[in-house]
Amino acid sequence: MKQLLILGAGTSGTMMANHLVKKLNKNEWKITIIDQYKTHYYQPGFLFLPFDTYTEDQVKKKGNKFIPKGVNYIQTKIEQIFPKENKVKLENETINYDILIVATGCKIAPEEIEGMKGKNWQKNIFDFYTYEGSLALRNKLRDWKGGKMLIHITEMPIKCPVAPLEFAFLADSYFTKKGMRDKVEITYVTPLSGAFTKDKCSKSLTYLLDDKNINIETDFAIEHVDNENNKIVDYAEKELDYDLLVTVPTNMGDEVIEGSGMGDDLNFVPTHHNTLQSLENENVFVIGDATDVPASKAGSVAHFQAETLTDNILLYIAGKPLKEEFDGHANCFIETGFNKALLIDFNYEHEPVHGTFPFAGIGPLQLLKESVINHWGKLAFRWIYWNMLLKGIPIPFVGRNMSTKGKKLD
Amino acid sequence: MSIDVKRTDEGYLANFSDWNKEIGNEIAKEDEIEMTDKHWEVITWIQEQIKLGKALSIRSIKKSGVVDIKEFYKLFPRGLKISTKIAGVEKPKGCI
Repeated sequence: MKQLLILGAGTSGTMMANHLVKKLNKNEWKITIIDQYKTHYYQPGFLFLPFDTYTEDQVKKKGNKFIPKGVNYIQTKIEQIFPKENKVKLENETINYDILIVATGCKIAPEEIEGMKGKNWQKNIFDFYTYEGSLALRNKLRDWKGGKMLIHITEMPIKCPVAPLEFAFLADSYFTKKGMRDKVEITYVTPLSGAFTKDKCSKSLTYLLDDKNINIETDFAIEHVDNENNKIVDYAEKELDYDLLVTVPTNMGDEVIEGSGMGDDLNFVPTHHNTLQSLENENVFVIGDATDVPASKAGSVAHFQAETLTDNILLYIAGKPLKEEFDGHANCFIETGFNKALLIDFNYEHEPVHGTFPFAGIGPLQLLKESVINHWGKLAFRWIYWNMLLKGIPIPFVGRNMSTKGKKLD
Repeated sequence: MSIDVKRTDEGYLANFSDWNKEIGNEIAKEDEIEMTDKHWEVITWIQEQIKLGKALSIRSIKKSGVVDIKEFYKLFPRGLKISTKIAGVEKPKGCI
């Protein structure tokens, strides 16, 4: 019996287990998936938790519920991968594999910045990229009397790159509804040269910051957090004061990648951009946030990757050339507050543009334009995630590769 | 000397193939930077990273072995924004 081993039972790993259990010959292949955590979180929900839009129960479920029958699920810590020896050391055993899928994701590393995870962590410095952080921030915001709020990105790449901007928009909406918007100064702080760095987005969306009275600080490369004076300080010695710092810390791949010598500076695994095969080891494939591919780290991207990767695993087993198919396709709703959202659909080559989606000229969703229906799309996505995406069910009318139909390209 | 090649609204070169050292020098002057050998060493390193398809970040500068971050900001007070412009490469971009 041959072994296909999946490391990580998050969005990507769970999807791959569901795809492959239907495709691999059960008499020849055993599929095993390993994850140390019991709970599967709906991570896009972490954006809504702080604003009391979602409850705790809406963003978490037991992970094993989504692992299909016929897949061997081991809940344990992964100690080390030995890619040259085709084996993985777990807490209490070592497993050999014929094919390995690395789906170990990425997570925040606030300790990368001096002072960030210091005495004020979860007192007046919060993240919203973890369940615990998001919940602590919710509790803080419930009683917060206002002041200077910084929404800050430490460095790129980060998971869901639009989430900090969505957070700023939702914060504006939240404080307005609470009747205290005049007591809160919101500033968006980015290491990039703008909130919008792509031409069409910049031209179409800059009004959002002005309309919502959100200040922006660009090119801010944080050096340390000054906990005594509640300031963040950058390498150019620029200082920004805050009463409440909502930060997106450095995002890094799992430490098991570092410990196995398989990652880059940020523990992301060098991966072929179009086949999703590891660049180092031909029987190792990488998916989702664990890769170093220059696509967004987002669930929709993992979903499109999973379809290509399933085909490529079957081609690899058959000894045939892999498809260089994955195009960096991402499809994301962006909440803009007051029950509206934008939709963007793009890939490695094409930046987000205006148009209709998924049907050319019809929609019903509008690209790069605020609408209420896009907001309902974002909220409906939670149901789609739990009931379709994780189970590997294709989303109707949305292909793995980006379609140019209905898009206003140059 | 004026820069007689296509540039973006923000002054970045539209095509890296148009870049040469004179153009880099002129862009530096626009930002009141006097280029030294150390500046060029950093610019060359940036161009190499882009050719390798690697993303530029402050972290990558830290690990470059060419400069440390404090020195980098002394050379280029506006950081990656201006150094990429002088190097004739795209500024680091987000997804939107």
